[in-house]
Amino acid sequence: MTMSRIEPSIRSRPVYGTLSAVNATAHLCVADAAGGAALRELFTHAPPGFAARTEIDYVPGPEDHTDALRALAPARFHTSPTVPALLPRLVRQFERMHMGTQVYLAGSETLIGLAMKTGMEAGLDFEAMQTEHRGTLARRMQCVHCKGITEGVTTQPATCEHCGLLLLVRDHYSRRHAAFQGVNINAEDPTDVPAKEEIFS
Amino acid sequence: MSLHGAIDVVVSDVVAINDLVKRFHFERPDGEPLPAFSGGSHIVIEMQDGETLRRSPYSLSSSPFRTTDYQVSIRRDDQGRGGSLYMHREVTPGMSMRISHPANLFALDKRAPKHLMLAGGIGITPFMAQTAQLRDTGGIAELHYGVRNRALGTYVDELSDRLGPRLHVYLDEAGERMDLDRLLSSQPAGTHLYVCGPAPMIDAVLEKAREHAWPDAHVHHERFATTAPGEPFTVELRASGLTVEVGREQSLLEAIENAGVNAPYLCRGGACGQCETRVLSHEGALLHADHWLSDEEHAAGEAIMPCVSRCSGALVLDR
Repeated sequence: MTMSRIEPSIRSRPVYGTLSAVNATAHLCVADAAGGAALRELFTHAPPGFAARTEIDYVPGPEDHTDALRALAPARFHTSPTVPALLPRLVRQFERMHMGTQVYLAGSETLIGLAMKTGMEAGLDFEAMQTEHRGTLARRMQCVHCKGITEGVTTQPATCEHCGLLLLVRDHYSRRHAAFQGVNINAEDPTDVPAKEEIFS
Repeated sequence: MSLHGAIDVVVSDVVAINDLVKRFHFERPDGEPLPAFSGGSHIVIEMQDGETLRRSPYSLSSSPFRTTDYQVSIRRDDQGRGGSLYMHREVTPGMSMRISHPANLFALDKRAPKHLMLAGGIGITPFMAQTAQLRDTGGIAELHYGVRNRALGTYVDELSDRLGPRLHVYLDEAGERMDLDRLLSSQPAGTHLYVCGPAPMIDAVLEKAREHAWPDAHVHHERFATTAPGEPFTVELRASGLTVEVGREQSLLEAIENAGVNAPYLCRGGACGQCETRVLSHEGALLHADHWLSDEEHAAGEAIMPCVSRCSGALVLDR
C-alpha cells in the first residue's frame, strides 16, 4: 500500500509507486528521512541474499532510520548530511554502475527528483528507476521568470528567493530541473497580495 | 493507399553483395533529394509481380546523411512469399518503382551514452544506417554480429572500417556464439540495447535482458516481416460490401488492398498496430502471427492484424 499523500493531478505531476525488490544482480537504494522506512519495508519483502547485493545511500532528516538501515547489513551503507551533498557521490555511483542494477529512490520529492535527474544524466530512463514517496511534501520550485530555484517550498503562493516575485506553485513539473514551476500570481496588480497558506508540508 | 503516400523512384543501381544479398538503390526521377530519415527506418516497396501487387517493408541500410538515394539490402528468401525473389530476379537498373515514405519503429535513443547492437544475418541492415548516423553524430556503438560464414557476412568489411574493435563477428559455422550473459551483465548504466535478426535470436535476447533486469525502456527490437505463405481462404469485407479470396502467396492485407479498399498500415510486419482490424465472425481458426495483440486478445478472436495473420476458413472483417 502506498503511503504517499499525493493527490491525482495533471499528467506532468510525478506519481510514485511502492518499492518492490526485483531479481537483479545489484541494487542501489537512495533515500532521505522518512524514505528510510520504505527501504526497511523493501528489505522485509526482498528475497534471500538481497542485502548482500545492495548498497544504501541515506540522508537522515526529521525522521532518522540510520541505525535500523545499518542493521539490515547491506553490502555498503553510507550516510550524507544533505541531499545536495549526496549528489556528487551519486554521480560517481551511476558512472560505476552496470545495466542490471536496480535503482530504488524513496523519501521526499526533492530527494527522488534530484536522484532521478542524476540517473537520467547518466543515461537511465526515468521509468527504469523505482520510486516511493514518504515524508514531506515540500517542493523544489523553479521561478519561470528568473529561473532561480527555491528549495523547501511549503506555502501557496510562495516567494521566489531570487527575484522576489510572488509565485503560484504549479503541479507542472520538470524532470530535467527536478522542480515544480512557479508562475507570478499577481502580475496584473502587484498590490493584490493573496495570503500564503501552508499546504506542502 | 497508405498512411505514407508514395514516392515514384527509379532503380539507379543493383549491387550483388554476396550469394544471397543484393543492394538496391533508388533515386527520384528528377534527381531531387529524397525525404530525410533516421537510422532504423524502413520503407515499403511496391512490387507489381504480374497480377499480384506486393508491398514489402525493408530497412534502409544507407547513411541517413545521404538522401540523394535510398539503399535497401535484401536477402533472397527462397521459402518466402516471393517479394525478395521478385526483387532479386526482376528488378534491374532503370526500372520505375513506387516506395513509401520512410517510417522508423526501431529508432536510436539519442540520450544513451552507449548503444549495444546485436545483429543476426540480414538483421544487420538497420544497423548499417544507425552506425552511419552515430559515426557522424559521435555516439558510441558496439556491434555484435552473427553470420553463417565469412562469405555471407554482409558488410563485415565496411563495418570493420567504421567500428574497428567495437565490431565483434561470430561465425555460426565455426560454432561461434555471442555470450549474452557476459554482454548483458557488463554494460555501463544508461546503455541501450538493440536487437534485429531471426525470431529465435530476438526471443533469446529479450529473455536474457529480462533475466538481467534490463528496464524495458532500454531494450529495442525489430523483427523482419515473416509473412509466410498459407492456405487460401475467403474474406468478407462487410463495411466495403466486398468478398475477396486471399491467395496462398498473398497476405490478408494485400488481398484487401488488391480489392481496392484503403486499409491503414505502417510496418507490414505485425509489430506496429496500425492495421488492427475488427473481426465480425470467423468459421476457421484465426492464425495470429503478430507481436501487437496480447495473448488474451488473440484468444478473444475479436481483432486481427491482416499484414501477417490469416484464417483457416471464411472470415468476416469490419473493413
